[in-house]
Parts: sequence; structure tokens; C-alpha cells
Amino acid sequence: MAFNTKTQNKQQPDLISNRVSSIAPSGIRRFFDLLASMDDVISLGIGEPDYPTPYHVREAAISSIEKGYTNYTSNSGMPELRQELSAYLEKLYNLDYNPENQILVTVGVSEGMDLAARALLNPGDEVLIPDPCYVSYAPCVVLSGGQPVMIPTCEENRFEISAETVESLITDKTRAIILGYPANPTGAVMPREKLLEVAELACRHDLIVISDEIYSQLVYEGEHTCVATLPGMKDRTVFLGGFSKAYAMTGWRIGYAVANEHIIGAMTKIHQYTIMSAPTMSQVAAIEALKNGEESAAEMVADYDRRRLIMVKGLCDIGLSCFKPQGAFYAFPSVKNTGMTSEEFAQKLLIEEKVAVVPGNAFGRCGEGYVRCCYATSLKELHKALERMEAFINRYKARN
Amino acid sequence: MLNQVLRLLEDDGRLTPAQIATMLNTSESEIEKLILKAEEGGLILKYKAVVNWDKLEEEQVWAIIEVKVTPQMKAGFDAIAERIYHFPEARTVMLVSGAYDFAVVVTARNLHEVSNFVTHKLAPIEGVQGTTTHFLLKRYKEDGVILNDSGDSRRQKVVL
Repeated sequence: MAFNTKTQNKQQPDLISNRVSSIAPSGIRRFFDLLASMDDVISLGIGEPDYPTPYHVREAAISSIEKGYTNYTSNSGMPELRQELSAYLEKLYNLDYNPENQILVTVGVSEGMDLAARALLNPGDEVLIPDPCYVSYAPCVVLSGGQPVMIPTCEENRFEISAETVESLITDKTRAIILGYPANPTGAVMPREKLLEVAELACRHDLIVISDEIYSQLVYEGEHTCVATLPGMKDRTVFLGGFSKAYAMTGWRIGYAVANEHIIGAMTKIHQYTIMSAPTMSQVAAIEALKNGEESAAEMVADYDRRRLIMVKGLCDIGLSCFKPQGAFYAFPSVKNTGMTSEEFAQKLLIEEKVAVVPGNAFGRCGEGYVRCCYATSLKELHKALERMEAFINRYKARN
Repeated sequence: MLNQVLRLLEDDGRLTPAQIATMLNTSESEIEKLILKAEEGGLILKYKAVVNWDKLEEEQVWAIIEVKVTPQMKAGFDAIAERIYHFPEARTVMLVSGAYDFAVVVTARNLHEVSNFVTHKLAPIEGVQGTTTHFLLKRYKEDGVILNDSGDSRRQKVVL
């Protein structure tokens, strides 16, 4: 989620709906405002690739615009794109989704998450969500009238959710579980056996799993397990994917949702009234990425992996303990040994050394004591950032 | 592994063995050994900076010269190539397919020096039939680096 640091709308509660008012503004607003006011900052706070979209993908879209392909597409997305997606999922996961009625092209996973929540939830339905997690999950649930219930995770358990904890939170109101692995902000990947236990719970308690797998191709250790491939899960999973991270296509706003035809039908109903169809040029770009983008994606992933190793070693060397992330492009070091809260650490680091990291509490209560450092930035910048962080930490060590 | 080390160094010759070792998840001594072997075996020829000469207020002329030759008996193209590449003015010498045989990249302080090289050194070489000189007018991309790229970040300062 791009955080627009320039607008500061003061909410007038009487003007705004209760539901929207009930979503608390981010507690770290002050930090973002401060960041917006500063120049020459090395930012490890940007959750997107530092690469531009591969040129062949850009070129395909440019050429389609030149030829005048500038109309709406089918509500569900271009048939060719849905067919490509169907073939892609078949090849990658051996999953059979019908391009006619089980695939919907969305405006990124962000839209997919919103549609899934709105299509599935009745007022008061509870949705289990890992903590910490990407910032949009709980608000999407609230906006749909649901009630988010956080599943605490911790570094000791590699930020994985445990079936035991999940089960203890299930009530007769629980409707769904949202999963987002590989995870933003932790870089955690759920191992297959632990995911199997959660899937078994979902089946036993008749829950839907909404799985945000936007980082599925960015896995460096272990392997990504697609939730829909687990026994009994295909019919109860809303699988959300996209092109933003693996193909460096964040600005195109293009993704997809796949699920059984009833859920996709319901999601399409909302989509056709609110969006009509995902941007046509972005759909053309997505087709090109699926057809010919594998090589460029693989090169970028190899590069992220090298930077991951530099980042984790660098953070450990300067005295911050860091869980070794296995996926996505984030390191999530603990700052507890500095005696500072996440926000204090981030704010002082920003003011004193001009390095921006995101306070972990932005991603949930369990993120307190950590900061998110995105390593999708040039090696030169990473080294500079690490040097400045080292100076910062040494200064505080000397004081304590 | 060797291939990956070479690719990393080709992109940034100043990476230290320790940094490369971290990136490739191996030991520093392993990388040092590989690099030393590559240097001694002539796989790594030298380390240099990629310079954007256009930024320097100093007159410098670049030219690409097409050279058409008659290959000599026995020695073929190699003997003529050797006559050309020993001139320090010739920065790069390549045998190419197509309408001519050698592509020679020349740098000099001014036009006059280039023309001197062509008329007095290159053209008289035995076997050289003719030359066509192309002066470089503007450089857009050098060794994979786009030169007019502002380098400004197109990204927001923070994205969650």
C-alpha cells in the first residue's frame, strides 16, 4: 500500500460513516509525516521492487496503446489472460481452474482482498488474521462488516501461525482465515506441514481461507505451499495472486482471484459495479509477463536473494538480532535490545541518520519491538544504510 | 559458482570477496580462491571504471573504423589483426561478419589524430583494402548503463 504522506485529512466524525470512522488511523501517522518532511533519506521503507517493469512487458503495453486497445474488457478480464492464468496455475500447482467462471482479473491483490471480504462476510462474522501482517487485511474485514480476530505470532515460532492458537480462537462466528505467506512484514514462509494442520482445521470448522500469495515467487529457502493445493482446500480457498512483486509491476495495479464459481461469481458481481474491468493495458502487460517474463523474474529473485543475505548478515553484524526471512523482500530485525520501542527507534534513526525503516507496530501489536527493512534497494544504498545504522546503534550502546 | 562470481564482478568490480561470499552463501576463502584462479587464468583481465567521458570538459574523439582486408596466406586474419592491435590508438579490435572484416574502436584527442592514425598507420598495412571511419556523435548507453538516466527514485518514500 503506497502511503501518501502528503495528505492529512482531518476526519469529521459526524460526516463520515460509523464503519469508516471505526477504522483507527495508523498509529504511526506522525512518523510518516516526519518522513515526508525530510530530504536525502535512504529509505528501507519501500515495499516494492526497485526495478522498473521488464522492458518487454512495458513494450507490449505501449504497443497495445498505439494500436488503440483502449476499451473496457470483459468484466472478468480478457479471455486470453484468464486462459493464460489457468494454464499457469495448472503448470505450477497442478490446479484446475476454469477460465470461464473461476478466475477474475482484479486491480491488484488489494481489490481481490476487498472483494473476497465483501462477498463472504455477514455482519459480525469473525475473520482470523495473523499478527503482524500486511496493513489492509483487518480494515478490509471491518469495511465488510466483519470482526477481525488477530492470531498472535512471534519470532520464536518464526512468525508462523500455529494450528493450536488458531483453534483456540475459533468461535461459532468464525467465518474465514486470512493468510499472507510469504509474509509482509516478516519474510516468513509457512512450512507445508504447519499449513496442513491449519487446512485441516479450516475443513473441520467449515472455514474459508483467503490466501494472499502475492510473494509466492519470492521464496529463497524452503518452498512456497499454495493453500489451494492442500487436501480439501481448493473448494474453500480464495487464492489471490498478482504481478506486482515478481514482475516488478506494482504501478500497473493488476492481479487475480481464483476460487470456486460461486465465490468468483459473487466477487465478480461487486467488481462489475465498482471497477467494471481492470485496466486494459495492464492486462496486456500481464499476458506478456506470463508468456515471456519467467527469465526476468528469475533474475530479479536471484538478486533479491543476494541482497537478503547481505541485509541479514549486516543487521546481525551491527548487533540487531534478525530472524532469517525466507521469502518476500523484508528483514524484520528486533530492536528490543536497544531499549527503544519500534517507533522511537525508527524516528530517532530517521532524524539522526536519515535512514527510514518502518516501525513494526504498523503491522500489528505483535510487530512491536521490530522494524521492517526492505532490501529491494541497490547494494550501494543497503551498505550505506547499514553503516549509518551501525553508527546509530553504537551511539546508543555507549549511552546505555 | 564461478559464473555467478564473474557476473557479480562484471557488474561491480569493487565488491569484496567477503561481500560476494555473503551473497552467494559461501566462505570468503572459497571466493578468494576462485577469483585468484580466474585472474591467473586470464578469465578476469582487469578491473576498471565505466566512465562517462562526455561529462568531462576535455576534448576527446571516439571513432569506429570499419576495415576491409584481404586475408593473408596461412596466417589468415590474425596476422593483420596483430598489426592493428599493437597500435595504442586502437582501443578495441574485433573480427566481425558482414560487409567488412575488422571493427576498430579508436580514441584520440582530436579529429586530426584519428585521421592521422587511419591514413598513416592503418591504411598502409599490407592486406588492408579500405577503411570507413564513423565518428561518435553521442553516447546513450555504456556497458549496460543508460547515461541520461537521472537516477531519481520513482518510488514513494514509504510503501507498506
